[in-house]
Amino acid sequence: MQKQVQAKLLEKVQLTKDIYHFKVKADDIVKESKPGNFVEIRVTEQTEPFLRRPISIYNLDRENGVLEFIFQVKGKGTEILAKKEVGEDIDIMGPLGFGTFKLEGRKNISILGGGIGIFPLYELAKEAKQNNMQVNTYLGFRNKEYVVLENEFQNVSDKLTITTDDGTYKQKGFAIDFLKQDIENNKIDCIYACGPLPMLRAIRELAIQKNLDCQISLEERMGCGIGLCLGCAVKKAESPKDAPEYYHVCKGGPVFQAKDVEI
Amino acid sequence: MNTKINLAGIEMKNPVTVASGTFGYGREISQFFDLSKLGAVITKGTSLKPKNGNKPPRVCETASGMLNAIGLQNPGVEYFAQNDLPFLRKYDTKIIVNACGSSVDEYVELCKILNTLDIDGVELNLSCPNVKEGCMAFGNTYDGVKKVTTEVRKVLDKPLIVKLTPNVTNIAEIAKAVEDAGADGVSLINTLLAMKIDIYKKAPVLANVTGGLSGPAIKPVAVRMVYQVAHAVKIPILGMGGIINGEDAIEFMLAGATAISIGAGNFIDPYTSIKTVEGIENYMKQQKIEDINEIIGAVK
Repeated sequence: MQKQVQAKLLEKVQLTKDIYHFKVKADDIVKESKPGNFVEIRVTEQTEPFLRRPISIYNLDRENGVLEFIFQVKGKGTEILAKKEVGEDIDIMGPLGFGTFKLEGRKNISILGGGIGIFPLYELAKEAKQNNMQVNTYLGFRNKEYVVLENEFQNVSDKLTITTDDGTYKQKGFAIDFLKQDIENNKIDCIYACGPLPMLRAIRELAIQKNLDCQISLEERMGCGIGLCLGCAVKKAESPKDAPEYYHVCKGGPVFQAKDVEI
Repeated sequence: MNTKINLAGIEMKNPVTVASGTFGYGREISQFFDLSKLGAVITKGTSLKPKNGNKPPRVCETASGMLNAIGLQNPGVEYFAQNDLPFLRKYDTKIIVNACGSSVDEYVELCKILNTLDIDGVELNLSCPNVKEGCMAFGNTYDGVKKVTTEVRKVLDKPLIVKLTPNVTNIAEIAKAVEDAGADGVSLINTLLAMKIDIYKKAPVLANVTGGLSGPAIKPVAVRMVYQVAHAVKIPILGMGGIINGEDAIEFMLAGATAISIGAGNFIDPYTSIKTVEGIENYMKQQKIEDINEIIGAVK
């Protein structure tokens, strides 16, 4: 069941100049959330900005019913959200998305994240670790300034590789290239990915080539988040060119089997 | 206090329904409240055969509103009849199917099928701006509207409401075509044809280039058109365009609407439609109005 709740902001931490980590009390949503789910947040009761903001879930503190999300200030909606103070209520709808990360039956997994796409991967890594899986995590950032959550991911990964495009921190290059090297030598049950489109395209291609199980979390411009507007369409792979068929990120996704979608 | 109204022969327990394409077939919102609280549910635009819709991006936000170019994605009338209609029928509300097609024949074929289903009425979509054929192509001339409506009327015994596009020079004249063709009601407005440009990509945001504008941004235009149509025809009006609360709804009814639809408002808050029902009741209490019918078209 999806719910709309007024969730009290319990804690607010600014991670970088434009990235915020919020913890809110939302028992009803936390209870039903799975790794990969997202929420839709209405940042104002006014009509400007008009739509809710889709934001991925970073961590589920199931014991305390606390939902954590991390977001980057990108426009007027997230700007308003960033100004909320501890103690204020936030209008949140969730958990959203019926396509979530599937961990069942895997033993040795690789997690690939890029930039702000790393946030929904934390809960996944955490649950995988709790289930005694071998977790290999690869996180790519533009440069040193953008690197966040290194310790957090370290705690839920058996092996963590951090890369920066310009080499200003840890490994220089793209995270996917380090993942590629490792899967040559080790047997991986599944790759989980979220991040910029070029990264997702590359991992999708690699997975198809090597016939690997690969689950990717997608974004698309979204109207409602619950399947009313059919706005967030993503093309089904192998659907006819002259009559393409679509999934919707908010219903079929946000997590899809990489081979099922054309991105 | 009476909130019952009669929209084109459809008895509704209150004047609030939902705009096609903003409510699916009711399942998603039924998680949030009992659909029986609504006067009626209007379905997603439904066609004879399934439609896949347009390429993404299909939606984007604008000032106090949004653009959409979904392209009437829907599972087709057969699927609706087998899967969605039985679901909706569990609720004590009226069911109105928004019907779309790309040719006169298609509208007629579809309405022949709809005539056999256990539904309460049809809203004929002559106004979607986001498909290449049909819909708005019929809806923007007197003759086009009259032709399709006349042909559909011949095969449809159920209440027939025709949904109009605001993208015309004279909305009153188009509404007259609906009345002249023997329909029972008219609904307005569909979205306003609009466009948004990404100034960094130097390209349209929507893959379809243009889309339909909805949300509070269009409300004053919609109120004006409802008012003009109310003065031009005698058939009842289903009014919509940016309604997000009881006050907005009352404004439309004063302008001449017998019932109203919540559209994009469903996206920002799943409870918008039932909050609107409450808002109307509160206004009635406060203004000591015994019967909601008293205010329909009260602004002369």
